[in-house]
Amino acid sequence: MSKKLLLKDAHIEGIRYFETYRKQGGYTAAEKALKMTPDEILEEVKASGLRGRGGAGFPTGMKWSFLAKPEGVPRHLVVNADESEPGTFKDRYLMEFLPHLLIEGMLISSYCLGSNVSYIYIRGEYSWIPDILEEAIEEAKAAGFLGKNILGTGFDCEIYVQRGGGAYICGEETALLESLEGKRGNPRLKPPFPAVKGLWERPTVVNNVESIAAIVPIIDITGAEYAKIGVGRSTGTKLISACGNINKPGVYEIDMTITVEEFIYSDEYCGGIKDGKRLKACIPGGSSVPIVPANLLLRTVNGEPRYMNYESLADGGFATGTMMGSGGFIVLDEDQCIVEHTMTLARFYNHESCGQCTPCREGTGWMYKILKKIEKGEGKMEDIDLLWDIQRKIEGNTICPLGDAAAWPVAAAIRHFRDEFEWHIKNPELSQTQNYGLANYADPIPAVEKNA
Amino acid sequence: MSETIAFKPESLEQVHKIIARYPEGRQKSALLPVLHLAQKEFGGWLDVPVMDYVAELLSIKPIEVYEVATFYTMFNMKPVGKYVLEVCRTGPCMVCGSEKILDHIRTKLNIKDGETTEDGMFTLKPAECLGACGYAPMMQLGKFFHENLTIEKVDEILDLCRQGQVALD
Repeated sequence: MSKKLLLKDAHIEGIRYFETYRKQGGYTAAEKALKMTPDEILEEVKASGLRGRGGAGFPTGMKWSFLAKPEGVPRHLVVNADESEPGTFKDRYLMEFLPHLLIEGMLISSYCLGSNVSYIYIRGEYSWIPDILEEAIEEAKAAGFLGKNILGTGFDCEIYVQRGGGAYICGEETALLESLEGKRGNPRLKPPFPAVKGLWERPTVVNNVESIAAIVPIIDITGAEYAKIGVGRSTGTKLISACGNINKPGVYEIDMTITVEEFIYSDEYCGGIKDGKRLKACIPGGSSVPIVPANLLLRTVNGEPRYMNYESLADGGFATGTMMGSGGFIVLDEDQCIVEHTMTLARFYNHESCGQCTPCREGTGWMYKILKKIEKGEGKMEDIDLLWDIQRKIEGNTICPLGDAAAWPVAAAIRHFRDEFEWHIKNPELSQTQNYGLANYADPIPAVEKNA
Repeated sequence: MSETIAFKPESLEQVHKIIARYPEGRQKSALLPVLHLAQKEFGGWLDVPVMDYVAELLSIKPIEVYEVATFYTMFNMKPVGKYVLEVCRTGPCMVCGSEKILDHIRTKLNIKDGETTEDGMFTLKPAECLGACGYAPMMQLGKFFHENLTIEKVDEILDLCRQGQVALD
């Protein structure tokens, strides 16, 4: 059983409210932190090895150490709660059920970074969650953990919640800042980085909800202890939101030492493939990361078991591996059509492109149209090469990573499932009534017996 | 025209509270929250005079409001029905059968994507990933998510909407 740091109290009734959260030891990490110096906190975060939980996996301590501190210029912490990567719904879970964990993490982080006014930018569609967060903020304020002169330290901190308007791109940190300034979510050119010129041109740190929540246990048990959990550079625990054709979809906290096979088939986690079917493919880190067929998901190309951590999931590069990403774990069973699935993702990225860079604005539309054509049984063989060519010309040629995020799913689908695309094209009528099925992507491991 | 459009006093108070979250002179940051308020108060969509009113409130140019309102999916640029059915159809929902849910709604209400029923009750607005992937298929109705949808559940929700028993806020 994996160690739980973030969700250990998630099952306790009333944990959403200050009183219960406090009774469970909540805000003791904040009390501890506010007796430390900001530099001491930074050292703990660095020692923890925490990597950004939004998707990129950049070390949080290093990000914080880049924050510029010019005299007399206010700095800000902005929490990225724009969670929009298909397959990802972990931050929603944290905010809905454990709002005080985020608020406490924000208090500690704001103190460390010197942010007297911090913001939570939440995706607009999570419309009922700001009420929960604002209630938690009011409770924390009433208890003296926010507001002026917190715990008599002289440190002031206010937290505000801002709703977005429904735009995936605002999960990109500079687009988020533009949106928070009341503009279209067009990503900015970097440099300057937000750490130097962020919100209203002030030094800003933008961190994912889960990263900020993780600051609480890091202070609680120390960075060194946190780093002992997990393996290698995948330290601590990670929230995985599991969805698709599995028996037990939901949000799970893992310590990154378990195998992918255990995660999918054990009753503690996904509980196996739904309706007794077999595993065909999986996108383990949110829709942007490469899809891999069952055989390459459970084992690396060298036949080693694959583990649920940053390094093991990426083993083999994009040729045979994938990425941890945001932890949005999407499972596809034997009856799923890879062409249709890839088309929905291409439509998503086309819809969400901000339109600033030509390769992404035009390329995502072309990819969607071509995939739609193939899906409807109107494709030509050369369309597959055309798709490959377009995705290559998007990747790396845009201001922000949305271009890459749109290119990778198409590239991986063709790389691993080219025969299924060809089958669609060769069988235009049959493909409208029947799916290609499992073909040769078979998971070599039979489904685990229940209660074995 | 803009003289006839005005927030209720309590909403106006809300607007001033929102503006106070930002530094002096950065009131434009309030644009998205204020547009959400405006859409709720002025009939579920943002007509040009409404956007002009918001521009005036925030002391910004109307074009600054238009370019933002048209960028974000949640702001409706034309009238919508009382109940906007936002059905997610991206990958994780698709593999759990969202297309069947969409087809059922299209047939039952006899509308195409983006259209509104003649009685002004329902608008069908297929949506891209709404962050409920583990509880797919799903749709958003006003402020709330309706998850783990089945055809029967959709029928029930539509009936309850007609009886005015589905909370939007």
